[in-house]
Amino acid sequence: MSAVIDDHAQGHAHGPAKGLMRWVLTTNHKDIGTLYLWFSFTMFLLGGSFAMVIRAELFQPGLQIVEPAFFNQMTTMHGLIMVFGAVMPAFVGLANWMIPLMIGAPDMALPRMNNFSFWLLPAAFLLLVSTLFTPGGGPNFGWTFYAPLSTTYAPASVTFFIFAIHLMGISSIMGAINVIATILNLRAPGMTLMKMPLFVWTWLITAFLLIAVMPVLAGVVTMMLMDIHFGTSFFSAAGGGDPVLFQHVFWFFGHPEVYIMILPAFGAVSSIIPAFSRKPLFGYTSMVYATGAIAFLSFIVWAHHMFVVGIPVVGELFFMYATMLIAVPTGVKVFNWVSTMWEGSLTFETPMLFAIAFVILFTIGGFSGLMLAIAPADFQYHDTYFVVAHFHYVLVPGAIFGIFASAYYWLPKWTGHMYDETLGKLHFWLSFIGMNMAFFPMHFVGLAGMPRRIPDYNLQFADFNMVSSVGAFLFGATQVFFLFIVIKCIRGGEPAPAKPWDGAEGLEWSIPSPAPYHTFQTPPDVE
Amino acid sequence: MNGLSLKRLVLRLLMLTVVMFAFGFALVPLYDVMCKAFGINGKTGGQYEGSQLADTTRSVRVQFMSTNASDMVWDFYASDDQLQVNPGAVNQMIFIAHNPTDRPMSAQAIPSITPAEAAAYFHKTECFCFTQQVLQPGERIEMPVRFIVDRDLPTGVKHLTLAYTLFDITARHPPVAQASAGDPGRAR
Ligand code: HEM
Ligand SMILES: [Cu+2]
Repeated sequence: MSAVIDDHAQGHAHGPAKGLMRWVLTTNHKDIGTLYLWFSFTMFLLGGSFAMVIRAELFQPGLQIVEPAFFNQMTTMHGLIMVFGAVMPAFVGLANWMIPLMIGAPDMALPRMNNFSFWLLPAAFLLLVSTLFTPGGGPNFGWTFYAPLSTTYAPASVTFFIFAIHLMGISSIMGAINVIATILNLRAPGMTLMKMPLFVWTWLITAFLLIAVMPVLAGVVTMMLMDIHFGTSFFSAAGGGDPVLFQHVFWFFGHPEVYIMILPAFGAVSSIIPAFSRKPLFGYTSMVYATGAIAFLSFIVWAHHMFVVGIPVVGELFFMYATMLIAVPTGVKVFNWVSTMWEGSLTFETPMLFAIAFVILFTIGGFSGLMLAIAPADFQYHDTYFVVAHFHYVLVPGAIFGIFASAYYWLPKWTGHMYDETLGKLHFWLSFIGMNMAFFPMHFVGLAGMPRRIPDYNLQFADFNMVSSVGAFLFGATQVFFLFIVIKCIRGGEPAPAKPWDGAEGLEWSIPSPAPYHTFQTPPDVE
Repeated sequence: MNGLSLKRLVLRLLMLTVVMFAFGFALVPLYDVMCKAFGINGKTGGQYEGSQLADTTRSVRVQFMSTNASDMVWDFYASDDQLQVNPGAVNQMIFIAHNPTDRPMSAQAIPSITPAEAAAYFHKTECFCFTQQVLQPGERIEMPVRFIVDRDLPTGVKHLTLAYTLFDITARHPPVAQASAGDPGRAR
């Protein structure tokens, strides 16, 4: 691995600019990464507060806190903000910070575009959230915005929603182009593709997924815009269109999208588990190929979201088997993580706790996914809380725990301080308990037939819903505590050495902590 | 690495973006072709020109349904609930529409067949759904549909439903003021 790079020795000593303009105009990958991460965390708290409204209303049967119309806006906005505002920007933030450090590049390949793709996001979400204050309210048609609910029957604010999605799409596509260009063009000499850390690999593949499907999302909202304002009939049966077409186009985007939200987490966990097992990752090559296989398969399974819509039996069978096939490469990954830990000298620092919980709980989500993949069974499960349980098990302990694990793992590198280990562990355990309390009972009420996206429910579901709500409040409050831990770590704490984790591998640990403003101005040597 | 290859890479990625955007729109005609080819989603084809010999050894029950899309105020119903038909034979059913309002209105009927896999075997030789309907205030018309159930209909299917949904398209296609019930394509 390389020697420590000292910028000052190269007579290139300029640090960050001072004041607010540093952040507005910055083209530095670390600054932009930081911006993305803070933005994501802000959206996480905002989307989370909407979830608190939902769980407060569902605490008891009956309508007590919000109007059904507002409840629908809350479920819609919660989904949109978490998917597009919290999870995706968090991974772009991690990519910005870590990819150049991991491949020995001085910065991202397109720094100015990088600045622009970040600043589109606050604009997009300001537009989206502002719709809540318009007469008629914000989007209320679910994060999947099925037509004609989102066209013929939509509130007037749907136009703002469409433009917000356009902005987010442009931002993601530019971010993805940047990631690909950085990885393909700026690797240090000797950093061959098959030497790249898995986080870089999974991001490379994610970036291609983004470029493939974000334009399709842009297309589908554009069709909505035309149906609403220009008299076309893409989704209106009266004019020769078909609302079912909407679902096909949406899910052609939507299923790869769920992998966009999980692949980078796979990559991060594949660095963290070896570090705390003090063993190299088991089956590196198979991990790379499994990621590729998952990405490919994600394009041919979309109709598993549409089993009840009415597709021919052959179609049901095709999409059922194709979906089940995804479990194979996913299983390879889980097997590799477990084998990495097998007979390792494990220690359980906070990043490792989150990573292990990731493996276990994500697998539970994968299993409920397999149940949903069985087309005839899905006729019963579809649109119940069972689906809600499934995707929260893959997204919360999957994507979100992956982000937490990454944050704790790299915080020493970012801030130059160790975080408070006791508080970190407390954060983990409270999140773990809260998350399971909130989402596990949803399996039961879902199987018993409780529909999703409804503000009221049958008395028989009351007890489990109360448990869910208590768990959700615990999980929500715990995340404010996480904010406190991060701020405490930025403000001070035990100084972090260049490599705070003795088992960690990778170029990012060869530079001092905190990472200097400019790194790898001259490429490091990779042996 | 040199700047040129970066530029070329970015251009290619941008091109891929544009291609995928176009692909999203290409899904629209692609979907229609697939639906027609495989009878997916209960979509029936256009006017059928062929003819077949009746298979008197077999009979299928065809049920008729009519639904008004929301906001549609016409009375719209089939003159009979169902027919027992032989595959291959030409059959006819009369649908009735009545505009109870005091303004001229136009409407479009959209057919659909259940079960969906039978849609490809249901041929309409004549249908009011091939054109739009314009009714003057208080006007009432009889609209025939003539159809053949294909002889190759899978034997497992013994019962078909032909459902029409009637949409109000007055806003999009304002009725021509003097139009009457004598349009071509709406025989009788
Ligand atoms: C073994 C892997 C997986 C399988 C077999 C699977 C299968 C399914 C199926 C069949 C559905 C549709 C259920 C229905 O609506 O009736 C579904 C929904 C969903 N899945 Fe998965 N899934 C898997 C992994 C994932 C992952 C990794 C994620 C995200 C990180 C994810 C996110 C979602 C979401 C968000 C929905 C619900 C979308 C909605 O209707 O709002 N799934 N899954
Ligand atoms: Cu899916």
